[in-house]
Amino acid sequence: MANPMRIRAAAKEGVTEVRVLMSHVMETGQRKDSSGAAIPAHFITELVAKHNDKVVLNAQFGPSVSTNPYLAFKFNGGAKGDKVTVSWTDNKGESRTDEVQVA
Amino acid sequence: MNHQRRDTLKASGSLGVLGLLAAAGLIKPELAQAAWNKGAFEAHKMDEALAAIGAGKPADSTDIQITAPDIAENGAVVPVGVVSNIPNTESIAIMIEKNPAMLAATFEIPAGTIADVQTRVKMGQTSDVYAVVKADGKFYTTKKEVKVTLGGCGG
Amino acid sequence: MRQKIIAAAIAAAAVVAAPQALASEELNFDAYRQMLADGNPAELFEMEGEELWTTARGPKNATLEKCDLGLGANVVVGAAAQMPRYFADTDKVQDLESRLMHCMDALQGIPSAEIINGSFLKGERAKVAALVAYVVGQSKGKPIQVDLAHPKMKEMYAMGEKTFYYRTGAMDFACSSCHSQDGKRIRATSLPNITTSKGAAEGWGSWPAYRVSNSQFWTMQHRLWDCFRQQRTAEPVFGSDVTIALSTFMAGKGNGHEAVWPGVKR
Repeated sequence: MANPMRIRAAAKEGVTEVRVLMSHVMETGQRKDSSGAAIPAHFITELVAKHNDKVVLNAQFGPSVSTNPYLAFKFNGGAKGDKVTVSWTDNKGESRTDEVQVA
Repeated sequence: MNHQRRDTLKASGSLGVLGLLAAAGLIKPELAQAAWNKGAFEAHKMDEALAAIGAGKPADSTDIQITAPDIAENGAVVPVGVVSNIPNTESIAIMIEKNPAMLAATFEIPAGTIADVQTRVKMGQTSDVYAVVKADGKFYTTKKEVKVTLGGCGG
Repeated sequence: MRQKIIAAAIAAAAVVAAPQALASEELNFDAYRQMLADGNPAELFEMEGEELWTTARGPKNATLEKCDLGLGANVVVGAAAQMPRYFADTDKVQDLESRLMHCMDALQGIPSAEIINGSFLKGERAKVAALVAYVVGQSKGKPIQVDLAHPKMKEMYAMGEKTFYYRTGAMDFACSSCHSQDGKRIRATSLPNITTSKGAAEGWGSWPAYRVSNSQFWTMQHRLWDCFRQQRTAEPVFGSDVTIALSTFMAGKGNGHEAVWPGVKR
């Protein structure tokens, strides 16, 4: 079970800024463990963010996005109390969805 | 599996919808995976990576800004932000020239979303960081060098 | 073995770059660090710790909401900025980690020995680290304010100062060998001058921290343990007096300066 994301969404002067921290190893598949065995790739491949029911960002990640990925973006509109939902899926089919209210 | 339907979804660019459906357990993760641009993320040459995102030879633009430090203390986490002031920006891609696979991330910017994204990437060594922007169907690019040091001795 | 893992982690995207020759004036990481401070992945550990604080756990199936970090039961805001401190109930000077161990033992029945004899980043000791992240996150931007009035605090401070200058180990090294001059660095990492108030605050107040090189969250106990290891001397017992003494010395010397908490390090 994937750990929760930390999402912050704040509306200011008609623009909502969203900042997301995801808990994920983002393993490249190119590293070896101490016994020399390859560590299998394990990374987030896709992410979608929604403001209420509208998609506000689609992203695709490769393994060179850093461990515990950070993402910040802005969209027009959004008011205090609106819902912002972020979902990711990784290359092993694991996924996580978290939601916050716009502050 | 209904391949035609899958192709239709792909063609309509509903990547995120597939991801969401998968997240909701409505479809198998493999289907969501089908939307991930494997060819682009696994390309080991810049021109191949550019071709795989449909960019070809993007034109240099001064209307794109990359925010990244001139020097990073550790290549494992390098902050990179991209702002595109080109009207009708549809997507932003971040590429690291000297990484084994250049493409780090792509962002689709729907109408109403500001072409201003920030993330953090791994860099194997000092390299140019490229932002590739698609706007009105055309591709533009700019770059910024980020120096990477390995820093102290493990502690 | 360990070095191999570290090297692999640093290589990240798989290519190990040859270290570059850079002049020291080029080694300015201020912009880099500032960009990482907003959205410090330590926040992921803070979230975990906050949940642990209010989750009933251990043989006594209790939460930590009755834990007194010095400002009263369940008062977390500002508590870390005043630690280490003297606690009358234990008649001891405790740092945040040892106080949390005490609360986990007393309230939840989680034996301290399990944490003391455990390993960093594992089991209950990892849980202590997440709790530390939560508690220090509630003192963000607060000035360090350690009360040295109690005789036991004075005693700890003096022991910490003595330890700081005590040369030992295969290299005949003291903490002061690396941390008593301005402008020193080990390769690209600048070292705070802990003999000054500002430098002590810089050292004390930027840990615990998230380390980007290994994606780990390190408490001050972890940081100090690693200093001893690098000093090539005996490794200190988790939560032992010598570690609390060094913390009391650094915190006391850094009094009045703002702390980062939690930091983000290379």
